[in-house]
Amino acid sequence: MVTTDTRIDTEVVLSVEDLRTHFTTRWGTVKAVDGISFDLRKGETLGIVGESGCGKSVTMLSLMRLIPVPPGQIVSGKIVLDGEDIVPISEQEMAEIRGSKIALIIQDPMTSLNPVFSIGNQVEEAIEIHQDIPKQSIMDRALEVLRKVNIPAAETRVKDYPHQMSGGMRQRVVGAIGISCQPQVLIADEPTTSLDVTIQAQYLKLLKDIQKDSDLSIIFITHDFGIVAKMCDRVAVMYAGRIVEHGSVRDIFNNPSHPYTEALLASVPRMDRVVDRLFSIEGQPPPLHDLPVGCAFADRCPVVMDKCRESYPEIKAVSDGHTAACWKVE
Amino acid sequence: MQKYLARRFLLAFVTLLSVSLIIFIMSRVSGDPRHIYLDDYSTQEDWDRMGEVLGLDKPYYEQYGMFLKGAVKGDFGESVREARPVTEVVLERSPATLLLGSVAFSFSILVGVPLGILSAVKRGTWMDQVGKIIALIGQSAPPFWLGIMLMFFFAVQLGMVPPYGKQDWNSIILPAVTLGWYYAAANLRLVRSAMLDVLDSEYIKLARAKGVNSRTIIMKHAFRNALIPPLTFAGVTLGALVTGSLVVETVFAWPGLGRLAIEALFAFDYPLLQGVVITFTLLYVTAAFVVDVLYAYVDPRIRYA
Repeated sequence: MVTTDTRIDTEVVLSVEDLRTHFTTRWGTVKAVDGISFDLRKGETLGIVGESGCGKSVTMLSLMRLIPVPPGQIVSGKIVLDGEDIVPISEQEMAEIRGSKIALIIQDPMTSLNPVFSIGNQVEEAIEIHQDIPKQSIMDRALEVLRKVNIPAAETRVKDYPHQMSGGMRQRVVGAIGISCQPQVLIADEPTTSLDVTIQAQYLKLLKDIQKDSDLSIIFITHDFGIVAKMCDRVAVMYAGRIVEHGSVRDIFNNPSHPYTEALLASVPRMDRVVDRLFSIEGQPPPLHDLPVGCAFADRCPVVMDKCRESYPEIKAVSDGHTAACWKVE
Repeated sequence: MQKYLARRFLLAFVTLLSVSLIIFIMSRVSGDPRHIYLDDYSTQEDWDRMGEVLGLDKPYYEQYGMFLKGAVKGDFGESVREARPVTEVVLERSPATLLLGSVAFSFSILVGVPLGILSAVKRGTWMDQVGKIIALIGQSAPPFWLGIMLMFFFAVQLGMVPPYGKQDWNSIILPAVTLGWYYAAANLRLVRSAMLDVLDSEYIKLARAKGVNSRTIIMKHAFRNALIPPLTFAGVTLGALVTGSLVVETVFAWPGLGRLAIEALFAFDYPLLQGVVITFTLLYVTAAFVVDVLYAYVDPRIRYA
């Protein structure tokens, strides 16, 4: 399943450059995202992995420009979507881009649909906002996307309300809303975390099929390496608001070059080994409002050096298309 | 939907029946009505004849049956003080109370709901602070005091409105504001907290991700959900505004049912008091039923339950 093709030649649809999103709190400035950069190419799936609080979700919200202002703010950096930097544009212009060029599937299907509107209504709304077509065509298009995400008997289910559907079905509806206006980029924020394993597999397959059909680029936010292996072409590993390692799925799994990636991979339970105790990373990530001068992982790192505490390691190339931010990498 | 409505209707009926039973029992344990109807110069013969006329010589269950039969026909006996049928007196006083109740109710909604939305959307700004002050006064000032203060400033000092009674159109302003302020305050706080909860929800995030503009988010996606708690409260409010007018009607000498109840109480006019209480119950139950229907309209989860 792992694709070796890193699609160097294809067009870049989303390019993030040195993005910093900070929050002002009474404890100080929380640097939730602090200087991340990556490119997303057409038809590619990028996985963003990391533990809770590493900045994955803030990255996602920044890309959608959905950071609550105040207390949050994108303080610097560029988000170039389809040739246009979306950081400086107005809220109104951004509303036109949301849902049409960049769409979102959020985590919890039980709460992500509005309980007082029918699902048909909620899918149609997304289409109505972005496409200037007659009412009948909107309804047809809504049915079409609902069929595309395999909602059985879509013609009758459009009248249903969210509480009449199962979690898996609701998440399909959320997916249908996401793809309804044929976006170029789809951000999936742990879309399968709250689904049963079998439903999860179905859903992932569905996303893959849709991607193949429409050459969609997907950013997959997860903490599950199993999903990364199945779904992604490339992976960015985040720690304390920064990307610490970035490469193809094969590079990351076979040749992890940052101690944090190694530790994360080591903590994935394996079926083929008998262990008394599962591996876990000692300690806690540093508080984001009080980050150390040097590497944020230093206190938990098994191979820490003096240098690590003095200054933050620059991002260095391990091999072609594989980078890591660690002093160990030469 | 039909099943839901049928259930609600049945419940309303049971409530009315229970209240009638309570009223019947209370009127019987509070003493023999003949002590009121007859004076000291009546003979034993008068006493017995009166008992026959009122049916007091029959067993209790039969008396209750007669009471119910009369109630269904709108016959609650005769008022002692006014020497007229209770129904007639109650009907005469009802319009004033219904008017005051509906104006106060509209005031509580028209002031409470928009201010609640504003306070939530502009949380932490001066508008939120103004909302907080309005809510604080409404919820902590007792109506009799609030009524007198309003009367003092707006009627006596400024002479803008009549201080009491029901004469011109503007004489309703002070009693309606006094009566409605508490509920406006309660609505404000309910809508504010419901709105804050809703605005923080995942489906609002998804709606924004769809590209829905802020105005539509608030007025369509959030408002309808935030309407559910205040609507539940409206069921209580509507009833309470009609029946809770005892104090306000007395303070402002408003010729409605509340004042009638107080008058009946002071005159030991039990049949009249019974009639007023039954009317209050009927209004309360009807209001609750109307709100239940609206509730189902707003929230599909109830419609299909």
